Amino acid sequence: MTREDVLADIRGRFGADIVELFDKSPKRVYVEIRPQAIVRIGTHLFRTLGARFNIASGTDMKDWIEILYHFTIEDLNLLISLRVRLDPGHPEIDSLARDIEALNWIERELTELLGITFTGHPDPRRLLLADNWPEGVYPLRRDYVEWDGTADRTRGV
Amino acid sequence: MGRTVIPIGPYHPLQEEPEFFTLTVEGETVVDIDVRIGYNHRGIEKLSESKIFENCTFVVERICGICSTSHPYAFTRAVEDVFPMEVPIRAKYIRTIIAETERIHSHLLWLGLAGHFLGYNTVYMWAWKLREEILDVMEILSGNRNNYAMFKPGGVRRDIRAEDIPVCLRKIESILPTLDMLKKAVLDDPVLHARLKGVGVMTYQQAIDFSALGPTSRASGVARDVRKDSPYGAYQEMPWDMIVTKNGDVFDKAVIRILETFESAKIVRFCLEKLPDGPIDANIKDVPVGEGIGHIEAPRGETFHYVRSDGTNRPVRHKVRAPTFMNFPTYKATVKGQTISDATIILAAIDPCYCCTERIAVKDASGKALYSGQDLIRLSREKTERLRKGMGGR
Repeated sequence: MTREDVLADIRGRFGADIVELFDKSPKRVYVEIRPQAIVRIGTHLFRTLGARFNIASGTDMKDWIEILYHFTIEDLNLLISLRVRLDPGHPEIDSLARDIEALNWIERELTELLGITFTGHPDPRRLLLADNWPEGVYPLRRDYVEWDGTADRTRGV
Repeated sequence: MGRTVIPIGPYHPLQEEPEFFTLTVEGETVVDIDVRIGYNHRGIEKLSESKIFENCTFVVERICGICSTSHPYAFTRAVEDVFPMEVPIRAKYIRTIIAETERIHSHLLWLGLAGHFLGYNTVYMWAWKLREEILDVMEILSGNRNNYAMFKPGGVRRDIRAEDIPVCLRKIESILPTLDMLKKAVLDDPVLHARLKGVGVMTYQQAIDFSALGPTSRASGVARDVRKDSPYGAYQEMPWDMIVTKNGDVFDKAVIRILETFESAKIVRFCLEKLPDGPIDANIKDVPVGEGIGHIEAPRGETFHYVRSDGTNRPVRHKVRAPTFMNFPTYKATVKGQTISDATIILAAIDPCYCCTERIAVKDASGKALYSGQDLIRLSREKTERLRKGMGGR
């Protein structure tokens, strides 16, 4: 399969779910999709097209919360980033970790740092933050404020 | 047989990062494993948003104390991908030299520690002695034994002086005969074969499912290396081999790292000899609005950085993914069914850090300590000793 075949394949199969396909450079393609389609498109990339899952990155964009799922098809030297936009009030999306083990940790990380709910995650326990970190406080949100009144932030210099 | 839960960790600043393992064992066999990380979460992604692009390079250089150049490399490539733009050819060569010299020292460090935990302290001494020569090369080239501060978006910060090149070449050449001897000693040792072969096996399919990276996945037959798949730096300029093995056990992971040091030496030698003339910095001024992704092959696997710019001089989002984040969860596949005395070396085989090992405490259900971390290293060494005696002893 060539690069064009892969992009045509994605367009053909998931045309109704694709919001925007941005062909940035020979090595990078950003595909914005509807959040409901993430499991179908993600597993298609991983299982059928043989892409490797790099990582997902979440960003609080104020008006929406965005996740980018980065996949690499090494034979084509092509990095495909699937972009979803979520409602900042209730960011929620289906879990890909049920189908792809490699997403297990990063979905847990996104839950803790950005407060995104991954429906159906097989192991939604806390991974990174301390046990006494309060529920509902997300450090990578724009509106995050220091919650620990006793914390000493002086650096001693 | 009753089950025993073994808590391992979390605090041990000896290597890179603390983590907390819970091993569930039946007798000597590990039946389940769970991991908790984040004890040393430094919030670097958040911190990075408050720094200008050039200063971010210094922040990310401090993520890892061993492969400290891999994060600046991935970060600068992510910033350059926002444009997208290419750096001058001389800068590419210098970047490659730094990255590959670092790979040699990182693999030697791993080899030494692996030897230490198996009761082969001679391997430890030899490997770390060779590593000193490499650190000397780093000091000559960059002024630092570690945290080289060579990278900046658009190029490198320091040039390599022509008079330093012969000294560096000589030092790298000087370790190769000893390294070759060490390679043969490790690869032909029947005790090491018995100790490491078939231990902690990860299959090809598991490596794919976990999206494992670097030597951890190449040991399972996954022929993937960012340096080959998405060439950057000077890697397409010279011939070199990607090392891939099939068995997926601890032995193969060790073989890959040893053989890769020779390939890295080859690459560094080529770059130093053929270092082209020209500028070392593209002098980029303003980073445009947009997104950039940089990924490079660090000693432990692909390091991945994502940068989002809004046109100001600071990133609005900077995502860092170290290779261990993907390699870590493979424990689930490799440790189950193995013995406690093998857990130490399997946990070490992906080259994460050894913070866990000396903090291991085995407790029974009542909370009484059965084994300490020292005991587990002792168990590991005793097994090697038993095998050695069983083979006629030496």
